[in-house]
Amino acid sequence: MNFDSFSDFIAMGGHGFYVWLSYAIALVVVVINIVNPALQKKKIVSDLVRRLRRENKSS
Amino acid sequence: MSEKKNWMPRWFYQLASPRWSYEIMGKLLPGFAVAAFLFLIAGTVWALLFAPPEAYQGNSYRIIYIHVPSALLAQSCYMMMAIAGAIGLIWKMKVADMVAKSCAPIGATMAVLALATGAIWGKPTWGSWWVWDARLTSMLILLFLYLGVIALYSAIENEAMAAKSAAVLALVGLVNIPIIKYSVDWWNTLHQPATFKLTERPAMVPEMWLPLLVMVIGFYCFFAVSLMMRTRNEILVRERRASWVKELVEKQ
Repeated sequence: MNFDSFSDFIAMGGHGFYVWLSYAIALVVVVINIVNPALQKKKIVSDLVRRLRRENKSS
Repeated sequence: MSEKKNWMPRWFYQLASPRWSYEIMGKLLPGFAVAAFLFLIAGTVWALLFAPPEAYQGNSYRIIYIHVPSALLAQSCYMMMAIAGAIGLIWKMKVADMVAKSCAPIGATMAVLALATGAIWGKPTWGSWWVWDARLTSMLILLFLYLGVIALYSAIENEAMAAKSAAVLALVGLVNIPIIKYSVDWWNTLHQPATFKLTERPAMVPEMWLPLLVMVIGFYCFFAVSLMMRTRNEILVRERRASWVKELVEKQ
């Protein structure tokens, strides 16, 4: 462990703003790249289910 | 003997089947997801808490653990997009087109992440958010290439035509990849040279580069997860009229 206290850890030797901003952006980018395709899949499947039901009704 | 020699491995032909690709990716996804999660968490904790501070930059250098993996991934993802596009062009393989299309948004966000963390790191280290340096400029061009590919896909409605144009653009833009790589050697630049080289031992101490290696592996696993999720979506949409997709949906 390189830091004596939690506030030391947050401060990052005066560079806290830069370090934490970088890690925050990284987290956002990673989450977007997982959540976006997951939501997309949900929509695709529900669209397919709806279309399939419509086709089954009409036939 | 009229039989044509089969010089491609069997899985190459199986990849051409959207159904087979969908299923194999479904099987691979959980493993990569667990690996990505574990490597990224372990790497982040190691990078932020346990890696020693750098002699000159203090703690601001910890940005390297995001910056290097994202920059590497942005370039690898681009090469994958260009190669998949080429396979789609040559063998008319639909799944390859779908992989190429799925690479673009992931690569674009990785390029943004690499540029953003680079700018944030540049401020305390170089005293400026941005300089028109060869490495930075060629990386910005990489982002524009990704955006161009995405724009082509959304502008051209015919799927085969869009895939073809995007693959050509991706292949032409491939020339930018060695420019990014060697920009730090060819031009006088502020940017430091590569941390990892295949032929040499890293200049950093192991306490610093080991967490970096963990983060790089984590980012690649994450890329595999996101890419397979997107490609599977693409397969579902394009194969929506196939009977196996209908059966799959009915089961839900």
